Amino acid sequence: MYRSHVLVCGGTGCTSANSPAIIQALEEQIAEKGLSDEIKVVQTGCHGLCALGPIMIVYPEGCFYSEVKVEDVPEIVEEHLLKGRIVKRLLYDDTVHHDIVKSIESTDFYKKQKRVALRNCGVIDPENIDEYIAYDGYQALAKCLTEYTPEQVIQIIKDSGLRGRGGGGFPTGRKWELAAMNKADQKYVVCNADEGDPGAFMDRSVLEGDPHCIVEAMAICGYAVGATEGYIYVRAEYPIAVNRLEIAIRQAREYGLLGKNIFDSGFDFDLHIRLGAGAFVCGEETALMTSIEGNRGEPRPRPPYPAVKGLFGKPTTENNVETFANVPQIILKGAEWFASMGTERSKGTKVFALGGKIKNTGLVEIPMGTTLREIVEEIGGGIPGGKKFKAAQTGGPSGGCIPASLMDTEIDYDNLTAIGCMMGSGGLIVMDEDNCMVDIAKFFLEFTVDESCGKCSPCRIGTKRMMEILEKITSGKGTLEDIDKLEELAYYIKQNSLCGLGQTAPNPVLATLKFFRDEYIAHVVDKKCPAGVCKALLNYYIDAEKCIGCGLCARACPVGAISGEIRKPHTIDTSKCIKCGACVEKCKKMQAIKKK
Amino acid sequence: MLKKVSTIPFRGTAEQEAQLKAVIEENRHDKSMLMHVMQQAQQIYGYLPFEVQVMIADGMGLPLEKVYGVSTFYAQFALSPKGTYHISVCLGTACYVKGAQEVLDKVCETLHCGPEECTEDGRFSVTACRCIGACGLAPVMMINDDVYGKLTADEIPGILQKYMD
Repeated sequence: MYRSHVLVCGGTGCTSANSPAIIQALEEQIAEKGLSDEIKVVQTGCHGLCALGPIMIVYPEGCFYSEVKVEDVPEIVEEHLLKGRIVKRLLYDDTVHHDIVKSIESTDFYKKQKRVALRNCGVIDPENIDEYIAYDGYQALAKCLTEYTPEQVIQIIKDSGLRGRGGGGFPTGRKWELAAMNKADQKYVVCNADEGDPGAFMDRSVLEGDPHCIVEAMAICGYAVGATEGYIYVRAEYPIAVNRLEIAIRQAREYGLLGKNIFDSGFDFDLHIRLGAGAFVCGEETALMTSIEGNRGEPRPRPPYPAVKGLFGKPTTENNVETFANVPQIILKGAEWFASMGTERSKGTKVFALGGKIKNTGLVEIPMGTTLREIVEEIGGGIPGGKKFKAAQTGGPSGGCIPASLMDTEIDYDNLTAIGCMMGSGGLIVMDEDNCMVDIAKFFLEFTVDESCGKCSPCRIGTKRMMEILEKITSGKGTLEDIDKLEELAYYIKQNSLCGLGQTAPNPVLATLKFFRDEYIAHVVDKKCPAGVCKALLNYYIDAEKCIGCGLCARACPVGAISGEIRKPHTIDTSKCIKCGACVEKCKKMQAIKKK
Repeated sequence: MLKKVSTIPFRGTAEQEAQLKAVIEENRHDKSMLMHVMQQAQQIYGYLPFEVQVMIADGMGLPLEKVYGVSTFYAQFALSPKGTYHISVCLGTACYVKGAQEVLDKVCETLHCGPEECTEDGRFSVTACRCIGACGLAPVMMINDDVYGKLTADEIPGILQKYMD
């Protein structure tokens, strides 16, 4: 028995902020003090509060230290671990109230969260199967194999109301049922871990923090649909996740939880990992299967659906990581438990990756039906710098945006679709008044133009034409007709593209046109970018009250557009100005040069 | 996705070739392992020059057209060598709204090297990469395996200086 456990986050955010060095320093110094038998250091998965990483939690006290540095380790070891005195200066501010340390669950960030898919992330050591088993791991698989028929398992998943968390929201139980109905000599289970939506990293956190739960869920799925082999297709950009999955699969094989005759039930199941190579379209299920087969990851027309003819031409069930992560809990706690959370048609919880202009960047898991206002203002801690909320972008390049006027929308699949948005995989990027919505639409379109696989022409050519119109608008050459043409093209591409990538590619443009049409109009009619982002539409000017006439800016200007007498306010000749911003750099101290 | 194809002559060694041959031998029975073989080849050579693609096609018993098709489809496969220091600036959404474009512009300006290019001395290469999942640290840049987070454009010259000599 250890008297104290020190949990250090080994998720991507914290690893990038140097948590491995902290773990090493901790272990060395604990050993030096001869405490190795009393204190255990555990590298866990993501705790969610990535903005304050690296994060360290010390039990039994439950102290939540944030932004820990290697230099802080001696103090933590000496004061806290040796003498039992909490290092107050490192505590996460929200856990300290009138000098009393509160539990982490009571802070604004965690209070409204309900962790189902992320339940083990940040709690167990993901590289140790025994810790997973100690937290009821593999019990759901045992229960399925020994107590339920495959039909019963499918019925439980159907009753739970679980829907695909990758974006589409297709009922998971129904998907399993379709694959189970098809007879074949070989069937496959595929886990889609090709998380390509920029700004979403929940799948990565599940794989890094709780890889065994994916292994277990895939085996359950295999049993339910009658598959004996599974593939996990994971991004090559996620090396930590790949490594932990490999460890998990190896350990599961050693324990007989993968392989032949699992739990003496006669059920065989084994898993393979395939690495993606950086193609967004491979997140589309048919493209993903084409890629596993070793080809260019181009989508196939449906039907035939994967449940009939999928991977290697065999019936295949494909689910996303977060969807799978819910499965073992549903089996153990029952369909009613899961269905008791969420809204009428969207059950359970959803993990969101909060990012952008928000205080608490990180991962949050909330019951479906939580409002955007609660997410942004309470859990997210609001927008830094006292700026005003403008919109939240969901669903990445396939999604849309929610403007401030709809902040009280309860977030679930159907409500988001109703306002022309999309749940997507759960990226939630907050934007403030400094972000230009036309620029954001252009940013996403640039992404889809780049990632279009080129197989069908609406997507390949259409998105490119839309991009050209947007470039025209943001460079100040647009007309009102361009806006109409943009909209017409968008609907055409939506209706005629082969796969999900093309069908959803125009969404960011359509959503911004719907809620922020005035910004587009400002770009084409007034030739102004209200947020001050689109360079071609900006004019630099010097604030006469702040300018001290030092002349630094005039010397920095490459085209001689700035003139003025020394020690008197200078002016910029906008007809000469090339908007390079060199003068702004030089005027850092006075901040007299502005753009509008 | 348009790819830059290198004109630098191929400088593979016999040792690298032996490593690649071993990887091919292990996987030649299963054509679906093509991407895995190419990923290993890129580990060995750092990129996938034409000569390596020919070896893979011959070894796996696949048409060269197929190997070339796969190598140009996926962003991860590089047809040009990388610099000693490979800089990836994340242009994921979370980083973008926090000013990643300015960071990338500054890197390019400082090194006189465009995105997806290598400096003439082969020391630096720059790429605008997809989300690396470290959104809490936005905007983020990686130089080889070192991660730099919460960046501003002003810090860039100082950071790059460390790698210049």
